[in-house]
Amino acid sequence: MINYIVRRLLLVPLLLFGVTILIFGMLQFLSPVQRSALYVRDIPRNERVLDGVIRRYGLDQPIYVQYWKWLVGTRDPRTGKIAGGILRGDFGYSRTASESVADIIKRRFPATLELTLWSVVPVVAGGVVLGVISAVNHNKWPDHLSRIFGILGWSFPTFVFGLLMLMIFYANLRWFPPGRISDWANRIVLSEEFHSYTKMVTIDSLLNLRFDIFLDVARHMVLPVITLSYLWWAMMLRVTRSSMLEVLHQDYITTARAKGLHERIVVNRHALPNALMPVVTIGGTMVLGLLSGVVITETVFNYPGIGSAAADAASNLDVVTVLGLALLNGSVLVVANVVIDVLYAFIDPRVRLD
Amino acid sequence: MTATDSELDTQYTPVRKIGWLERMLGIELYRMVRGLVTNPLSIIGMLLLVFFLFVALAAPLLAPPRPGGDPYQIPRDGYSSVPKPPGSEWSSRQPPLPFWWKAIVGTDHWIHLMGAASGQWDIYYGVVWGTRTALRVGVTITLVTAAVGITLGSISAYYGGAVDMIIMRIVDIFLAFPNLLAAMTLSAVLTPKLGKGIYPAMIALAAFGWMGYARLIRSDILSVREREYVLAARVIGVRDARILLRHILPNAIFPTLVVASMRFGDYVLSFAALSFLGIGAEVGYADWGQLLSFARAWITNLGAYWFIVIFPGLALVLFVLSWNLVGDALRDILDPRLRGSR
Repeated sequence: MINYIVRRLLLVPLLLFGVTILIFGMLQFLSPVQRSALYVRDIPRNERVLDGVIRRYGLDQPIYVQYWKWLVGTRDPRTGKIAGGILRGDFGYSRTASESVADIIKRRFPATLELTLWSVVPVVAGGVVLGVISAVNHNKWPDHLSRIFGILGWSFPTFVFGLLMLMIFYANLRWFPPGRISDWANRIVLSEEFHSYTKMVTIDSLLNLRFDIFLDVARHMVLPVITLSYLWWAMMLRVTRSSMLEVLHQDYITTARAKGLHERIVVNRHALPNALMPVVTIGGTMVLGLLSGVVITETVFNYPGIGSAAADAASNLDVVTVLGLALLNGSVLVVANVVIDVLYAFIDPRVRLD
Repeated sequence: MTATDSELDTQYTPVRKIGWLERMLGIELYRMVRGLVTNPLSIIGMLLLVFFLFVALAAPLLAPPRPGGDPYQIPRDGYSSVPKPPGSEWSSRQPPLPFWWKAIVGTDHWIHLMGAASGQWDIYYGVVWGTRTALRVGVTITLVTAAVGITLGSISAYYGGAVDMIIMRIVDIFLAFPNLLAAMTLSAVLTPKLGKGIYPAMIALAAFGWMGYARLIRSDILSVREREYVLAARVIGVRDARILLRHILPNAIFPTLVVASMRFGDYVLSFAALSFLGIGAEVGYADWGQLLSFARAWITNLGAYWFIVIFPGLALVLFVLSWNLVGDALRDILDPRLRGSR
């Protein structure tokens, strides 16, 4: 077990190194002038000044020197201040948003985290429950219904689904507006007396006992959460269903039934815990998928998170910003995957024995 | 006494009759084909696919392009930003009429069959030629990713050791990024180099799409590599490349090809998503995602301008659905645990 975890953890630095190499490789497609956005807020137009910037930050030096400087930053010989350095959390400056990439992340990440967290709840609860129901009722109508739901879910592109949701529930019914928060609520959130503990408005508003703001934000979140998560509902449903079916056909379940145990106890106590193994594995894929999905969901609903920032930057060819956000996402995923693998070893003894 | 030919025949008459189709396709492929044509869902899927193939092939007849112009460029009717509903008149610079128009639509000039998006791009033309774009993109990405994945996976599996280790770690690193975000990033990097168009997005999707195939073929080759006939070939001194290409690959490649064909729909979908985000082709290129992105400017009025979402959205959903229906049936047929249950 220890052996397995150590081996898995040793892989993390290697993978992170690979991720930085990949991102840095893509940066090399840019000219030194464009790359200077890594270090300076405004790229100077005057050519002499520009040359100075390129020389000062070593953008004309060999690639391995540049890589090192990109990692740890370079000291400006005139002011003595260090600029750049992804390890210091400095990803350069966004040309289109005219602020640093780190500021974009700081401002927008809580919104994305909030959206993702809320999406996990219905997926795990709804998908698993529906999957169990459909396995227990194998080949009866609940099973057929949930299979149809599953395959339709897989076939609906996120952005078509999101646009349909907006068309029905916003444009026609006016129930759920796009965006993250109404103007009046936003003014209160930004004011002095509102304490932002987590920057996630749904949680902060509860902590401030402002239930009207919570309701407003929740109303904005309903459609994005559904849009982001329906795909994973469908996925979770299929995985739970098939693994539950497999478990229900095993001998020890027959034994439990033969002992005369109540069917509910057989399903909930004996079958379910073992059937949930693959569901945990899917958890990793789900984190990947949700983080990938926020790009589209946030863009459709004008939700101010990391995903819509990345989409805006990419469509404006603001490469430094996109690469900064991709680097952040890649690193988060590497770590998340390892955490899931280790968790898996705790749950499933078979993994440890290998 | 020796057995005559006729006696041998009666002795070895197979219990099951083998038809000409089965003899031609071989048992595995025959079982697959039979499974596909007996499953109602997969029949619906295949009919839809045939329909899309027809639309793509007949695009010049269904929606003739302006003579001399790029057929993938959607013709526009003026420059107003307000969308026009289906059935409204085409007021300026009409493209040529198809021969069936008068008989079916009943007018002697163009009308916007599915409406016009903001910028007066004709949605009907975009949906028809978008089918071609979808198939083109899907075929290209599927072929490229499968080729890259199979090559790298085979090298990795056959040589093993350090080569295997390095290639598999590269796979891990490429898998560390969310697929769409990675493709978005790479196409943003490539667009200034290659110019705006469908190629940056296609290359980017292919660059981050091969890893699954590499893993799959690697594991299949690893199991085939230990079979007796491969060992026999090695003993008699056949060269590495020949063993790999003639003896191992043909016996290991089938599952990978099936998975690759099933992912076709996903690639079309990802490409449409990139276009929707404004990263794919230039504005006005006949592509479903591009058409859908016109709806982004009209979110508050989608009730009135429903046609911008519904028509291209329907095309995309049906296309992906048809692929998933066939793929789902294939998975059931090929899953050894479900074998014999039907």
